[in-house]
Amino acid sequence: MLDQVTNQSTSTPVATATSKLVVEQVSKWFRTPHATVHALDNVSMQVAAGEVVCVVGPSGCGKSTLLDIIAGLTKPDAGHVLADGQPVTGPGRQSLVVFQEPSLFPWLNVFGNVMFGLRLCPELSNGERREIAHRYLALVGLEKFERAHVHELSGGMKQRVALARALAPDPQVLLMDEPFGALDAMTREHLYDDIQRIWSASRKTIVFVTHNMREAACLGDRVLLMSKAPGRIVQHFEIPLPRPRSIYDAELIGHAGRVADALRGTIGGGVTE
Amino acid sequence: MKRFAIVSGFLVMLLVGWELASESGRWSPVLFPSVLSVARYLWGAMMDGTLFEAIRVTMQRLLVGYAIGVAVGLPLGVLTSSSQLLEDTIGSLALGLQTLPSVCWVPFAVLWFGQTEGAMLFVVVMGTVWSVIIATNHGVRTIPPIYARAARTMGSRGIHLWTMVMLPASLPFLVSGMKQGWAFAWRSLMAAEIFVTILTGFGLGQLLHYGRELNAMDQVIGAMVVIVLIGLLADRILFAPWERFLHRRWGTNVR
Ligand SMILES: Nc1ncnc2c1ncn2[C@@H]1O[C@H](COP(=O)(O)OP(=O)(O)OP(=O)(O)O)[C@@H](O)[C@H]1O
Ligand SMILES: [Mg+2]
Repeated sequence: MLDQVTNQSTSTPVATATSKLVVEQVSKWFRTPHATVHALDNVSMQVAAGEVVCVVGPSGCGKSTLLDIIAGLTKPDAGHVLADGQPVTGPGRQSLVVFQEPSLFPWLNVFGNVMFGLRLCPELSNGERREIAHRYLALVGLEKFERAHVHELSGGMKQRVALARALAPDPQVLLMDEPFGALDAMTREHLYDDIQRIWSASRKTIVFVTHNMREAACLGDRVLLMSKAPGRIVQHFEIPLPRPRSIYDAELIGHAGRVADALRGTIGGGVTE
Repeated sequence: MKRFAIVSGFLVMLLVGWELASESGRWSPVLFPSVLSVARYLWGAMMDGTLFEAIRVTMQRLLVGYAIGVAVGLPLGVLTSSSQLLEDTIGSLALGLQTLPSVCWVPFAVLWFGQTEGAMLFVVVMGTVWSVIIATNHGVRTIPPIYARAARTMGSRGIHLWTMVMLPASLPFLVSGMKQGWAFAWRSLMAAEIFVTILTGFGLGQLLHYGRELNAMDQVIGAMVVIVLIGLLADRILFAPWERFLHRRWGTNVR
């Protein structure tokens, strides 16, 4: 098994017996009335249990599509996804998503949004659900806003609620799609600390999509680089830095620079950061 | 409080203007009765019970017909929104029939049901059901898909997805659809009551109708005033709380 995998192209990361997620030769086309878009081309990747993998790539290269396929929200046209060795056939509680767009339910308040996923966990009692919801809202620093309506929150607060909502049901895999793209640098840095703290406490398997190289180098054990459409994984980088990491760390900036250089190479210049 | 003062001031001015105009003697009091004679009529009708009886009969027809219309229209709207086949069949039927003014159902209903409560009910249901179907269909189709996607990753599906996500997400459209359905039901019932005289119940529309037969303008205007008041009251009681709730939750209509 191991031999066979190491013989594959260098763009395929090393699989181990503990691979939590396996994406195998996934391709995806979108058919619209005007054109057919080739979104993903033969994408393969593995994520070990407890590993944080960042996916970076130019806008429109298929990162969100890849995450949708891993979550089971979109069916690939070719290839398949395995979670714990089982094929993913549809969405379910094994992997929760923090979406790129705002996705909180406006008819529920902040607490109700976090409770939504917990209510779908039959193994919990109502008391436990409430306790967990309080705990995760405190974890993202929003315990004072439990009764607030969604539209009363700032953009960053909304993303923090979305994070709490995704974490609360204790998913084995967390899929995050540019969750902090719309936030200011200060709030983002806070959230990097939060994510690292949460990760070191719970060791979740995380796939984190971003187009910010420093963000990728700060959060990831590995960074996968995708080419412009049709998306392919063209390179991967190890980030062997101790945690917690700061995005101002010189070594981290060095790693981010290497990824950025490679990205510039794949899309032929014109991209900053 | 300030708005209340403005509204009541405006009403008083309207009434005073009306009273002055009728007292000027320029128009025959048969055609242009004074405020006082209308008030006297309303008082009399209230005392001898005809007014309350008419309101009761009308509201009963309206509520039963509206309830049937909503109970049929909501599920059909949800179904048409989730299946292209049903959209093309029931959906386009609803779209066509909704353009038909509901008075047009009256001759049909009388031929089918005769001069019975059934005819009344039929007209009200026809006035309600199509617009509820269309509003529900539109509401469900307008929900941002992200809500269903987020809910599905959390393990929501089937009945749970429909009742806990799709329905509340389309609530703003449902409420405006039900409000529109109510308006149509109210209008169609008045038309039916004016055109169809039946012996099983004497509603507000019939009060209006006999006011004309008897040349009693004070009765005609009195009935119109009551009809307006009921319309306003229904809006306050049935829909305003929902709209306030939605505006608060969705953060819309902020002033
Ligand atoms: N539902 C869809 N229908 C048609 N085309 C789609 C659909 N979803 C995505 N695409 C196309 O697939 C390609 C990849 O889209 P995707 O959203 O995965 O990009 P992305 O890498 O997430 O970009 P960004 O960084 O801007 O979020 C794009 O060219 C997009 O136009
Ligand atoms: Mg995207």
